[in-house]
Amino acid sequence: MNSIVCIKRVPDTEARVRIAEGETSIESDGVKYIMSPYDEFALEAALRTKEEGGEGEVTVLTLGDDSSQETLRAALAVGADAAILLQGTVTVDGLATAKALAAELKQHDPPLVLFGVKSGDVDQQQVGPMVATLLGRPCASSVAGFTVDGDTVVCRREAEGGVEVVELDLPAVLTITKGEFEPRYASLKGIMAAKRKPLDVKGAELADSKLTVERLEYPPERAQGRIVGEGPDAVPELVRGLREEANAL
Amino acid sequence: MGDILAFAEQKDGEIRGVAAEVVSVAASRAGELGGQAHAVVLGGAGIGEGADGLGAYGAEIVRVAESESLVTYNPEVYATVVAEIARSGNYDAVLFPATALCKDLAPRVAALLDSALASDITQLEVDEGELVAVRPVYGGKAFARIRFQCSPAVMSLRPNVFGVVESPASGVVEVVTPSIEDSGRSRVIEFQASRSGSVDVSEASIVVSGGRGMRGAEHWVLLEALRDALGPDAALGASRAVVDAGWRPHGEQVGQTGKTVAPKLYFAIGISGAIQHLAGMRTAQTIVAVNKDADAPIFGVADYGIVGDVFEVLPRLTQEISDSRSE
Repeated sequence: MNSIVCIKRVPDTEARVRIAEGETSIESDGVKYIMSPYDEFALEAALRTKEEGGEGEVTVLTLGDDSSQETLRAALAVGADAAILLQGTVTVDGLATAKALAAELKQHDPPLVLFGVKSGDVDQQQVGPMVATLLGRPCASSVAGFTVDGDTVVCRREAEGGVEVVELDLPAVLTITKGEFEPRYASLKGIMAAKRKPLDVKGAELADSKLTVERLEYPPERAQGRIVGEGPDAVPELVRGLREEANAL
Repeated sequence: MGDILAFAEQKDGEIRGVAAEVVSVAASRAGELGGQAHAVVLGGAGIGEGADGLGAYGAEIVRVAESESLVTYNPEVYATVVAEIARSGNYDAVLFPATALCKDLAPRVAALLDSALASDITQLEVDEGELVAVRPVYGGKAFARIRFQCSPAVMSLRPNVFGVVESPASGVVEVVTPSIEDSGRSRVIEFQASRSGSVDVSEASIVVSGGRGMRGAEHWVLLEALRDALGPDAALGASRAVVDAGWRPHGEQVGQTGKTVAPKLYFAIGISGAIQHLAGMRTAQTIVAVNKDADAPIFGVADYGIVGDVFEVLPRLTQEISDSRSE
């Protein structure tokens, strides 16, 4: 079964964030960029679906600048068959991103479109369900596992207080969480093969962003706390502080 | 102009506590803009009874959509109905709580309204007659001040951050009969309640998180005991190391690659405090850390710290909190 996995290039989640001059973006110098961690789960899910079905192609799709080619190559090295870069500037307006992706997805119309449940940078958790809405496709979010069964896909999704099992007609859009999709590593052979796989670069159809970042700020400093003591004997003082000072109990 | 619509989430036929917070925010900001707060409730027959209670938090009108098709959450149906109600007024903004359900619903509504969505916001101000939202980015390592170039602006509010304010308004209930179009392409087959069955870590007002210092999944009974002692609003969390080791499910992970949380009270037990974990919980109101290493970074953000062996401190802590709560 063919699938398209929408991925995003983001700063390493272990990286320190430094706000750049102008205060509307972050410094990218010296920062390692990676495929958003949840997108790795989505890619793994697509690769397994292909392997289990015994046929089909996995295509990775991203919106971004030329540096995203590196991220797409990394996905090809892990096992994706083809890649598409929509050149354009990513903003915080997820709907603008969703429209650009949806326009491209319409031309391919794969039975499965997969997203990471959220991006590792702005973490808005919105582009997947927006794309589904724009395409008029059913969508399950926060999917921890799924099984394709004929013309349907049965998903186990993380819902409040438990797991919801939902069946969707194909074609469908899923947003993937970690669940059972521990990502594989690229092999040396995979890295070599990736260089010969198709990577299509085209301009994105981007609508104007309807969200503007006016300013980035560092999180407020927390007031200096205190060590109330050592070992279990410190517990009564802690509980007193929580009750009387912090009013937290 | 200036009206704001608040989505009042229900579960099992009861309007949830988070609704009061979202309506409160809608009422105060609409007041500053010179408009009114309205609430919208979706559910089965009878859901409108008691919906006037949202008036206590400032809702002038409560729009209630009643239908058998709305008893449980169906994404496409819910999105269509909320968007229809949002279009029926002249709203500057539509607010959702950033609950598990609304994280799925809000993007769909925004797409139907052709409006941008700011998710999981932690502040909402009115500046020169415009709404300005603040939300964490990069897992909480920075905060972005955001303006909207669309109407209505759609937002989801991080639970527990804004607080509930009582400001009596009329709370007139208007029952609407929505047009339901269910494509039937998405069908819920079953729901498997988790054994803990409790509140999600991202919505809990108290979070008890364990790290590698807990030394193994079998020791989580100690954290469960502390959670239980703290009452029904407490939930378990976990560090990334613990989830990667397979000790706890990913749904409990707190941090940039898990969930960002802002509870009233956060316990970090045996967690050293990796940067991506700190980013995900540093907006908690009060942070307690227990760790054997006095130099652990977690003590840098903790309001209260105990240096010591978690296996000695935890039972005592659970006991003292139990005693304190039963007084």
